Amino acid sequence: MRQYIYKRLWQGAIAIVGALFIVFIAQRLSGDPVALLLPMDATEEDFAAMRVELGLDRPFVVQFGLFFSDAVRGDFGDSYLWNQPAMSLLLDRLPATLELALAGLVFAILLAVPLGVLSAAYRGGWIDNTAKLFAMLGQAMPGFWVGLLLIVVIAVKLQWLPAYGRGTLAHLILPAIALGWYPVAAMTRTLRSSMLDILESDYIRMERAVGIPERLIIWRYALRNAAVPLVTMIGVYFANMLGGAFVIEVVFAWPGVGRTVVEAVFARDFPVVQAGVVLASVVFVVVNLIVDLSYGFIDPRIRHD
Amino acid sequence: MTDITRDAEITTTEGQSGFPFIAATVLTIVVVCAAFGPWLAPHAADAISLRDAMTPPAWEEGGESGFLLGTDNLGRDILSRIIAGARVSVVIAAYAILLSGGIGAALGMIAGYFGGVPDSIISRLIDVQMSVPSLPLALLFASVLPPGEGMVILVIVMTYWTWYARIVRGEVLSLRERDFIALAKVAGVSTPIIFIRHLTPNILNTMLVLATLQFGSVIVFEAGLSFLGLGIQPPQVSWGGMLSDGRNFIEVAWWLITIPGIAIMASCLASNILGDWLRDTFDPVRRQL
Repeated sequence: MRQYIYKRLWQGAIAIVGALFIVFIAQRLSGDPVALLLPMDATEEDFAAMRVELGLDRPFVVQFGLFFSDAVRGDFGDSYLWNQPAMSLLLDRLPATLELALAGLVFAILLAVPLGVLSAAYRGGWIDNTAKLFAMLGQAMPGFWVGLLLIVVIAVKLQWLPAYGRGTLAHLILPAIALGWYPVAAMTRTLRSSMLDILESDYIRMERAVGIPERLIIWRYALRNAAVPLVTMIGVYFANMLGGAFVIEVVFAWPGVGRTVVEAVFARDFPVVQAGVVLASVVFVVVNLIVDLSYGFIDPRIRHD
Repeated sequence: MTDITRDAEITTTEGQSGFPFIAATVLTIVVVCAAFGPWLAPHAADAISLRDAMTPPAWEEGGESGFLLGTDNLGRDILSRIIAGARVSVVIAAYAILLSGGIGAALGMIAGYFGGVPDSIISRLIDVQMSVPSLPLALLFASVLPPGEGMVILVIVMTYWTWYARIVRGEVLSLRERDFIALAKVAGVSTPIIFIRHLTPNILNTMLVLATLQFGSVIVFEAGLSFLGLGIQPPQVSWGGMLSDGRNFIEVAWWLITIPGIAIMASCLASNILGDWLRDTFDPVRRQL
């Protein structure tokens, strides 16, 4: 187990260094990284100072070394749109993004668990077929489009919920649905197939034989075991949702990391863009790491030797 | 988005065996629109006619039969723009699939066949690539490269080559242990010939399934980028760009954001269904119970 943890930590570290390298390469792709990192009204002295800071007259490896040592300290330069260090700007907005992703996850689970359980319990019935139809449609509907449709129907036509901004719980509902939409299908199918396996197993048959009510068997005894693959999947989808939030935040004018980075792209505020990519990768790697390491705790049968 | 095998299983219909005619028809229509769009469209995609602006679809009150799916704020015909958008989607998907499939398969074959150092390097590359979420990556490249088709294709290839590489690597790992490969080696067949004549035909089925499934995925991804204004740039027409334009009139013209979305959904759904059918047909063992 300990060896496995070290191996995963090592892999995670390599992945983050790789992400930093991709950002570094992208910075150089533009031709002149100095022009990219300084505001329009920078003086000639600013340019000269930045050239020395980036070590542009020195070998490529040294340049990456300089970039790397700044990056691990979270220094990606100052945002010239917001006049503050790029990373701290994004960290200020991270709670809003996490809140949205968490709400999306809650929505997905609240919908997927009953759908998956009932689909398996009444296999081939109308719930099963409806869930199947939803799963197919859900996979093909981009979240941002679902968001637009929700705005048209719920916010504009029915005027039930606000369409834009952050503040009350009501503001959270529509973006959470749009973001949580995609994983519902996958979670439902996963839970359904693991429930089907478990409902066939001997211990469930035994419980039926001794007369435990079917409802109790399904919702207590079967679900507890069938949820294991779902729990591991939830972490992966949570990580993906943080990426998906980039578009959803724009649709709903949600003041999170994604919207800030998209605005930075248009404003050519490159320090924020590179900090955003690195932050997204770090969060993604860390969440996946936690998920992988938690397997053993969730299901003792898959402890890593 | 990154795990094609897991996602693909979701759309599998139980006991599905017949050829999915509707899905195939939808995809054919999309491809025909892409190929012959200018001859099929009732209007030019960029023909502005302010007099006809904001005409609702023909079946709605105030609709006109000349504009079957209505017009936008500049009086441009939505149906003609959907047809023009199909071209962009199909062209981008074609390049993206060929490039990511080619690069991914080549690297996957090298990793699986040689093992050792090449395998470790390629596997690490896959890990790194998969740990950078694709949308932030796209934003990064959008901020340093000129926007447009080339940039979109580059980002999609960077995101999707790992699908092919991972799966092909796995297949080749088991193929190389098989007798026919060992015998070819004993018979003195050169490595490039083994790759082309003996390995490639055996992974073609898998590649075809992946490519079909990727088609839908690419369309959604490209629409997302264009929706943000970072993908296809006007005056070129794209479904994602149409959604972005329509967003400004969300309160008055529902069809501007509904119809392009349906086009995206239908293409993606059709490609998922067809891809699943191909997988089941080629490989009955992997079919979900």
